[in-house]
Amino acid sequence: MLRKLLIGTALATTFAFSAHAEDVKEVQMLHWWTSGGEAAALNVLKGDLAKEGYAWKDVPVAGGGGDAAMTALKAMVAAGNYPTASQMLGYTVLDYAAAGVMGDLTETAKKEGWDKSVPAALQKFSVYDGKWVAAPVNVHSVNWLWINKAVLDKIGGSEPKTFDDFVALLDKAKAAGVIPLALGGQNWQEATMFDSVVLSTGGPEFYKKAFNDLDDASLKSDTMKKSFDNLAKLVTYVDPNFSGRDWNLATAMVIKGDALVQVMGDWAKGEFNAAKKTPGTDFLCYRFPGTDGSVIYNSDMFGMFNVPDDRKAAQVALATATLSKSFQSAFNVVKGSVPARTDVPDTDFDACGKKGIADLKAANEGGTLFGSLAQGYGAPPAVANAYKDVVSKFVHGQIKTSDEAVTELVKAIDDAK
Amino acid sequence: MSSVATTQIKLTPERSRPSVRARLQDALPKIVLAPSFAITIVFVYGFILWTVYLSFTNSKTFPSYVITGPRAYLRLWGWTFDSDPPSSWYTSIVNMGIFGFLYIAICLALGLFLAILLDQKIRGEGVLRPIYLYPMALSFIVTGVAWKWFLDPGLGLEQTLHQWGWTSFHFDWIKNKDFVIYTVVIAGVWQASGFIMAMFLAGLRGIDGEIMKAAQIDGATTFQLYRRIVIPLLRPIFLSAFIVLAHLAIKSYDLVVALTSGGPGGSAWLPSNFMYEYTFKRNEMAVGSASAVIMLMTIVAIIVPYLYSELREKPR
Repeated sequence: MLRKLLIGTALATTFAFSAHAEDVKEVQMLHWWTSGGEAAALNVLKGDLAKEGYAWKDVPVAGGGGDAAMTALKAMVAAGNYPTASQMLGYTVLDYAAAGVMGDLTETAKKEGWDKSVPAALQKFSVYDGKWVAAPVNVHSVNWLWINKAVLDKIGGSEPKTFDDFVALLDKAKAAGVIPLALGGQNWQEATMFDSVVLSTGGPEFYKKAFNDLDDASLKSDTMKKSFDNLAKLVTYVDPNFSGRDWNLATAMVIKGDALVQVMGDWAKGEFNAAKKTPGTDFLCYRFPGTDGSVIYNSDMFGMFNVPDDRKAAQVALATATLSKSFQSAFNVVKGSVPARTDVPDTDFDACGKKGIADLKAANEGGTLFGSLAQGYGAPPAVANAYKDVVSKFVHGQIKTSDEAVTELVKAIDDAK
Repeated sequence: MSSVATTQIKLTPERSRPSVRARLQDALPKIVLAPSFAITIVFVYGFILWTVYLSFTNSKTFPSYVITGPRAYLRLWGWTFDSDPPSSWYTSIVNMGIFGFLYIAICLALGLFLAILLDQKIRGEGVLRPIYLYPMALSFIVTGVAWKWFLDPGLGLEQTLHQWGWTSFHFDWIKNKDFVIYTVVIAGVWQASGFIMAMFLAGLRGIDGEIMKAAQIDGATTFQLYRRIVIPLLRPIFLSAFIVLAHLAIKSYDLVVALTSGGPGGSAWLPSNFMYEYTFKRNEMAVGSASAVIMLMTIVAIIVPYLYSELREKPR
């Protein structure tokens, strides 16, 4: 009985195999830029490649944060079926490079001068073991305030320069009956805001030590405690209904004038643009108070896989097009981020974009360009998520005091390392 | 099977040996079943073993085959007692207890109650039954999103009642770290209780009317009738319903994600959320696998004794 069953099984599986063909003039791209603005931005790249005769094949997976895409990618790579390239974030690139599945673009990089034009902080993630394995598409920065100008004028406020200014401004908004701070109570949003708070409270050196080098002494220092206290202060200015809210709904509150300000990365600008708002007249972009001169960044990368030789030409074409100045400008104007190379002219960008480009250049030269821990550019995912846990539990009251928060933070990060 | 074939040959002497056709007929069910059998062996039991194996390795982003001992289990064991502040694992298993117990108990009670009411030969049963049953046709994602909006204090029930004038009404469980898990119970019960009702209704319809009449003649009250006769007779239905509900409860992942996106500070996590988070988002595949193995063990520990006690009394 069992033997017959097994023979039957063998017969049945024979039919399951099918032929497999490769196309050489084709770029296979795994990404999660499926929403309107992002898809439009990507169309620029598709057009550029079509001019060179390369067809574009999407392997799109919906879902903003890309969790589903990363799961799909893991399966594709495990099956040996590499896409030409995949949208990737931070440490993921290095993980895949360590697993030996990434390609080598060093020649192209040399020819195109990426070494000089791409900020060194980004190269930490796009270069592995001396080899270029990924092409950075953009640089987002996290330490921004997005303010509704009409509300700011109504309450008679001005740009806050220090954390205390900021608190005073929030108090004014509260007195005027506006929700002072729009926050989405999801762990990554809370932690993204906390990145800025730490930079503001402790300064650039402290941020780097604590959140990029994961230095124990800094993590359990009084400065960190003070940062948690400052976070607790900010959380008193959110509306009671904030928990679980999506980031774009929080942005919408600022756009509509229900709330004064949101602390969010520059992808929030995409929402303002979509609502036909102009920077300077409808909304204002300021650096988080006390962080001017520093940039906390994250960046989208196109990880390049070690594809067979007959697909390498298409990969090189994709990488070259991705880091070309024209695409970097066209794409980032739409996406709200700034170019991943510092030599792209800022003529097409709006006021916030121009400021972002200038800030990035200055931070790159001054050594104050830091990876965002909340966005996975400060430490590997295990650590970054342990950090988000602690911040979120502190915001929502499972962790009650800043003393406890610091102890938990050190414990969680040590455990995850 | 082959013994049956032999007897047939003796009865029909003109077929002195089994023809190809007869043998094919004999083998056909096995050939047809073989693919699904193989798929189950590989993709269910094979991967269970693989997961157990991975939980003892140092797997991070990708599976690794280097055995490093029960480190992942020791970490989970440590987290099991981290109650203040609660570790994610502690939250997950406490939530599983609360959710599993309330979900199964309320679904069974409500399903039975609705079935008994519908069984009173009322008018319009044909309309009412599908109304209760319909939520089961929705996916957990749809249920989760609908209830998320309904329970959101700024959008749904609370807001509506405030607009109608009842401004003191306050219901913010979905935003509250201590109560958010109960909103998952509410949504889950709403979805499944109609289906459980249909199961009980089928069971009630299967009960012989003569028994009921005999009991009524003997002077049993309605309550006694149900308590002493109907409910004991429904015991097999309880078993089926329990198994359906138990596996729905354990695999609830999408409901938590859609309804609460994890809850304030991760306070709505269930073990399945923990497993997915650690395996795919935090690149701690060994810990994720270990938590999956513990989930499996828990189910086995509950279901196997229950199945044993229920099925033992009816030998084949």
